[in-house]
Amino acid sequence: MSLRVEGLTLTFDSVPVLDGIDLEVAEGEVVVLLGPSGCGKSTLLRAIAGLERPSAGRVWWGDEDLTVAATHQRGMGLMFQDHALFPHRDVAGNVEFGLRVAGMPADQRAHRVRRALDLVGLPGFGDRRVDTLSGGEAQRVALARSLAAGPRLLMLDEPLGSLDRALRERLTAELGTLLRRLGQAVVHVTHDHDEAFALADRIAVMGGGRLVRVGTPAEVWADPRSVHAARCLGHENLVDLDGDGGCPLGRLGDGPGTVLVRGDRLVVRPGPPAGGLVGEVRRTSIRGGRTLLDLDVAGVAIRAWWDGPATVGDRVELVLADGAVVPLVG
Amino acid sequence: MGPVRWAARVLCVVVPAAFLGVFFLYPVGTILVRGLGADGLDRLLSLPGRASFRGVAWFTAWQATVSTLLTVVVALPGAHLLARRRFRGRALFRAATTVPFVLPTVVVGGAFLALFDRFGLVDGPFRATRTVWAILAAHVFFNVAVVLRTVGGFWEGLDHRPEEQARVLGATPWQAFRWVTLPRLWPSIAAASSIVFLFCFTSFGVILILGGPTRATLETEVWRHAVFRGDLASATALAVVQLAAVLAMVVVANRLQRRRAVGQRPVRRKVPRAGARLLAGNLGLLGAVLGLPVAVLVERSLATDGGWSLRNYAALADRVNLLPVSAIEALQNSLLFAVVATGLAVVVGGLASLVVVHGRRAASRAFDLGMMLPLGASAVTLGFGMLIALDEPPLDLRSSRWLVPVAHALVGVPFVMRTVVPTLRGIDSRLREAAATLGASPARVRREVDLPIAARALAVGAGFSFAVSLGEFGATSFLPRNPDRLTAPLALFRLLGTPGETLRGQAMALAVVLMVLTAASVLAIEGWGRRGSVRGDL
Repeated sequence: MSLRVEGLTLTFDSVPVLDGIDLEVAEGEVVVLLGPSGCGKSTLLRAIAGLERPSAGRVWWGDEDLTVAATHQRGMGLMFQDHALFPHRDVAGNVEFGLRVAGMPADQRAHRVRRALDLVGLPGFGDRRVDTLSGGEAQRVALARSLAAGPRLLMLDEPLGSLDRALRERLTAELGTLLRRLGQAVVHVTHDHDEAFALADRIAVMGGGRLVRVGTPAEVWADPRSVHAARCLGHENLVDLDGDGGCPLGRLGDGPGTVLVRGDRLVVRPGPPAGGLVGEVRRTSIRGGRTLLDLDVAGVAIRAWWDGPATVGDRVELVLADGAVVPLVG
Repeated sequence: MGPVRWAARVLCVVVPAAFLGVFFLYPVGTILVRGLGADGLDRLLSLPGRASFRGVAWFTAWQATVSTLLTVVVALPGAHLLARRRFRGRALFRAATTVPFVLPTVVVGGAFLALFDRFGLVDGPFRATRTVWAILAAHVFFNVAVVLRTVGGFWEGLDHRPEEQARVLGATPWQAFRWVTLPRLWPSIAAASSIVFLFCFTSFGVILILGGPTRATLETEVWRHAVFRGDLASATALAVVQLAAVLAMVVVANRLQRRRAVGQRPVRRKVPRAGARLLAGNLGLLGAVLGLPVAVLVERSLATDGGWSLRNYAALADRVNLLPVSAIEALQNSLLFAVVATGLAVVVGGLASLVVVHGRRAASRAFDLGMMLPLGASAVTLGFGMLIALDEPPLDLRSSRWLVPVAHALVGVPFVMRTVVPTLRGIDSRLREAAATLGASPARVRREVDLPIAARALAVGAGFSFAVSLGEFGATSFLPRNPDRLTAPLALFRLLGTPGETLRGQAMALAVVLMVLTAASVLAIEGWGRRGSVRGDL
């Protein structure tokens, strides 16, 4: 069984927010929707959950047409950005909610609640009031609440968005491990490409209400296809070509347009350049033990990684490895 | 829509509308029709020519103005303390300063009589009884809470950075307050002042008890003409004037309230600790203004010939010639009426809140404004209107004992709605959406999300409405009464107005019991509601 969205379109006051979205999510698959704010990611989740009514298109679960089904009959879990925990219920009361409305007896519920809280790493939190929770704890309770209900598909709307960076990175890793262990079908929304690459089986890049590129992380990284997707995915070296496909780095195409020069396929050679491409170091910064070089290559700004030391003003030689240049449209 | 849901909707609209229409709009309409009819109009137009009327009108406006100014001056430092400083016992301070606002007017009148009695100010060169000073002091006592809460709450949410900027630029704390803080506080001070002015303008019990016969306001004059002299025509003319004045003030207050609401966004930060001088100054000032009358009242209630004892309290069970029932029986009557009034207020207010939040726009607007009217209207408008309108067929309710709780419920409904409506509105729509994605049907969402959250608000509103009913004096004093059903505030009023050591002691004891009951019903339930997510502040 899988989710299938066909030609989903939604307009607000005749402005299209979603524009012909096609997407499939297989069982046990984690799909990450990646895009800048306002591109329609959250609206797509809400439309799948039945909280927004699409103007056109269909939503299927297997053979079941869910397009006009009521939200509570869809079995689509949605975890909100600010968690939306029920303030009038304690942690256990929140987590058991989906089971209670489904009519599960209290003793079984208690057991499932305990298991869900163990799963998210909050054993014994059942009696806590939700307004005493820290940001990270509230996020875990919201996740436990969504998971405990046993949704067919779990949708996460920037669940880590409100947390600080360190906590966010730790929880991203934990979330990835947990989702894979559960084999749960997931649609996860984020604007952070690092988070997307950390979690996704497939990444769907959104822009202007459309899915502009869908594929495995390796596929979309190697070939983003559009300037918008390349930017969303965290690519930095986008180079404009002249009418003949030329630029200061050489003749990189057949005509005018934009190409991507993959930073991970640029080889930096230190020492006095022996001909070829030469870049002058304008700025250096250390990230994760490697050095990120901001280079000036005949007037074009290029970023490249390098393992050794470097100082501003150094001149280095650049070699474009196989697959370094990727043509883009738009 | 199924027939059941349709019927439920109709019920939501009809019950509150009928309640308001029969017991408020019809009586007020009767005042207007009689007051502006042929004979009534002549009498109304002759009023400005009478010196006695001009004196009463002038005194009404004058005392309200001075009371308001004094209240703001006394409360402003406390508002600063609450908004900008932290100190141990802040919650207690807040609660304790709120208590006077909910006390029955007759209790406050009694407390000030006790105060003057204790310090020998009953006569002699420093006589305070039956002076305007007594009235002003009691009004400040009552209304400090309004300014503390309105201005303090606003101040708390006010961005503190402009003041810091002023200080960095070299302003002294006073200059920063004068030039940066105060101008931004004006909307809230104006809003609070307009409400305090309205309360003082329509003040009834306090004036009657502390002012004596020479210190009359429009409100007490209507009562004197209607109840004392049986001159309904003069009373009607005065009531029309009062109604017009109150209406104008409500409009102004509403305007000012709206201005206050613009652009408020709470800024969270750690506030500095209160300095010893600021704390001591405030506690001293508010302790003297608010605490002293209460403390002396309690002390007087315990004072008997042979030192302190509970004899006055024991005497509450005795019958005295003055009253048709014992004080204890009067208290029982009040409690019974308060329970009925609260029940009515919860049902009517709860249904009306649903219409305001979920109803069509026009219905929502009409109910939001209409159900608030009895709160703005004075006790006289309420009581006198019922007196003259509901005494002939088809609505001859003169002898009905239930007219009293109905009048109380009219005042209680706004309190219920003021807590329930903002709470229902404040429910994050994503909570309902989250419940739906977890499998709850729309009806289930209403039951699992809306109802539990609103239930606390309903209880808080009920607590206020219970306290209001227990202490209501103005409207009740107009209503035709069955002697056996005398309420405690009315009994207290009679006891206070009669000289004699024994009766005075009994009056003090009764006042203390009423004070404890009202304060407890509000504080207990408000503290409980605050722990939930009840919104709205009265």
